[in-house]
Amino acid sequence: MSTPSEALRPPVPVHPPVLVPPKQSLYWSVRRELWENRSIYIAPLSVAAVILFGFVMSTIGLPHRRRATLLLDPAQQRLRIEQPYIFAAGMLVITAFLVGFFYCLDALHGERRDRSILFWKSLPVSDRTTVLSKIAIPLVVLPAIVFAIVVALQVDMLLLSNAILLSNGLPTATPGQLPLVQFWFTFLYALVAMALWHAPIYGWLLLVSAWAKRAMFLWSVLPFLVICIFEWVTFRTIHFATFIRYRTAGWVTQAFVPHVKGTAPMDPLTSIDLEKYLRTPGLWLGILVAVGFLAAAVQLRRYREPI
Amino acid sequence: MAYIEARDLRKAYGTTIALDGVDLRVEEGRILGLIGPNGAGKTTALNAILGLTPYQGHLSVLGRDPWSARDELMRDVSFIADVSVLPRWIRVSQAIDYVGGVHPRFDRAKAESFLAKTSIKRSSKVRELSKGMVAQLHLALVMAIDARLLLLDEPTLGLDILYRKQFYDSLLNDYFDRSRTIVVTTHQVEEIQDVLTDLMFIDRGRIVLECSMEEFESRYLEVMVRPENVEAARALRPMHERQVFGRSVLLFDGADRQRLAALGDVRSPGIADLFVAVMGKGAPGAPGVSR
Repeated sequence: MSTPSEALRPPVPVHPPVLVPPKQSLYWSVRRELWENRSIYIAPLSVAAVILFGFVMSTIGLPHRRRATLLLDPAQQRLRIEQPYIFAAGMLVITAFLVGFFYCLDALHGERRDRSILFWKSLPVSDRTTVLSKIAIPLVVLPAIVFAIVVALQVDMLLLSNAILLSNGLPTATPGQLPLVQFWFTFLYALVAMALWHAPIYGWLLLVSAWAKRAMFLWSVLPFLVICIFEWVTFRTIHFATFIRYRTAGWVTQAFVPHVKGTAPMDPLTSIDLEKYLRTPGLWLGILVAVGFLAAAVQLRRYREPI
Repeated sequence: MAYIEARDLRKAYGTTIALDGVDLRVEEGRILGLIGPNGAGKTTALNAILGLTPYQGHLSVLGRDPWSARDELMRDVSFIADVSVLPRWIRVSQAIDYVGGVHPRFDRAKAESFLAKTSIKRSSKVRELSKGMVAQLHLALVMAIDARLLLLDEPTLGLDILYRKQFYDSLLNDYFDRSRTIVVTTHQVEEIQDVLTDLMFIDRGRIVLECSMEEFESRYLEVMVRPENVEAARALRPMHERQVFGRSVLLFDGADRQRLAALGDVRSPGIADLFVAVMGKGAPGAPGVSR
């Protein structure tokens, strides 16, 4: 089989090139993450179940409370009526953040710890696809899950309270008192705005997860704490702490019209300020930093072996 | 056409030299045993071939540079790192779904038919399977991939003899054909002696012996020398001498069979015996001894 072409060592003509589209690899990689980390949906579902249970308990006094509420002015009425619904959504957002935080810390560490990285790397899935599938969990999957759960939970809460109110001869909440559909739209916007704002945090966690051999939580948090302490001890200033607060909570002020205290509650939709959000340098700088962290995580995984 | 070709392959971890100028050529349709003591560089060599670790020197696998073209290469190369790399949380059905989803050359029906011969349930998680069953599952997944090159790094470590035997039988009967190449590293060399077509000893990052099994059988002879012939046998310059039940067993490289037959019982040595002879007498980490 000594042909002239052999001397040039062309790629072995084994098969016609067969390809799995990158989208398909990504899809299966994300499914794999959900198989492995069932807390991604079990944790929000559990929190939702607890909230629903608490709401059921609270309906005992609902007719009495509602009669008192209906005596207040319309703005106060709305605040009172929508309060449990907003609380439920807020709890689930916090849950999603915590789940995403600890998921990312473990995502690229666990596969090295249990040596399964050698199995994943024996398959034609690139490091980039793997890291993308992992960042997709806090940026896409968790917000989607939380949105679906919140809608389902709030519908349940609404049906339940309506049934109780009607059986007590009381009027159900009007769309003006409980603008749920507008709220859902605003909530979706908030989830997207928050995910993008937090992207560098998740990117940093994935980077630590790819890099650290142990104590990922300490590596991820301690450096920032140390800088804060150093700054306070040396200069008696808190610029860095303020910066961290801005990075965790800044999306609220940047993506929405601030609500002036003492004024009537705004229609959820009019509180959206997309233009201001898109003009916030912090958003784009954050995304840029997140891309940098993720690129570094991809590079690190390339060289990584089981611990 | 060489499936693997390495020239002056080098790799150092800090001051530790793992590969010290390895030259290697593995053709299509071979089953190469890469044998060496712990820390000899076997795994490093496999990792370089798989594009898992950067290296110096020239290395071409199926005509590609494994480090820069790793993602494409993994469509034509399979590997089993060792028995314990399947994630413990995954279900058998999920493992099949996943590999089927990401691997263009995976034949699901084949995997299912291999598994049908075992007692592995689709709904079991890997953590619920015995070590031997995990190895069966991994082998079923890998054999269902139509790859050109299969690398096995201690694939049967920690398995009992039945599973080990079955592992290699399956590979030979249901997988291997003349268009595939298999490279295997193992400590349990005696069991794969009949499986291999080629043999390579590696020590301290260097290849110290390289031959085909035909060569091995014709070149190396072992004689259990009758006591009165010991001096005469030693005069023929054996490469190694050991004592078995008080009798001397001498190993010769390229000696005349007729001549040796006059001194005692002649037979082909085991790979382990040759390994001990090449690596130095009773070297720690000799195959079949250390684990």
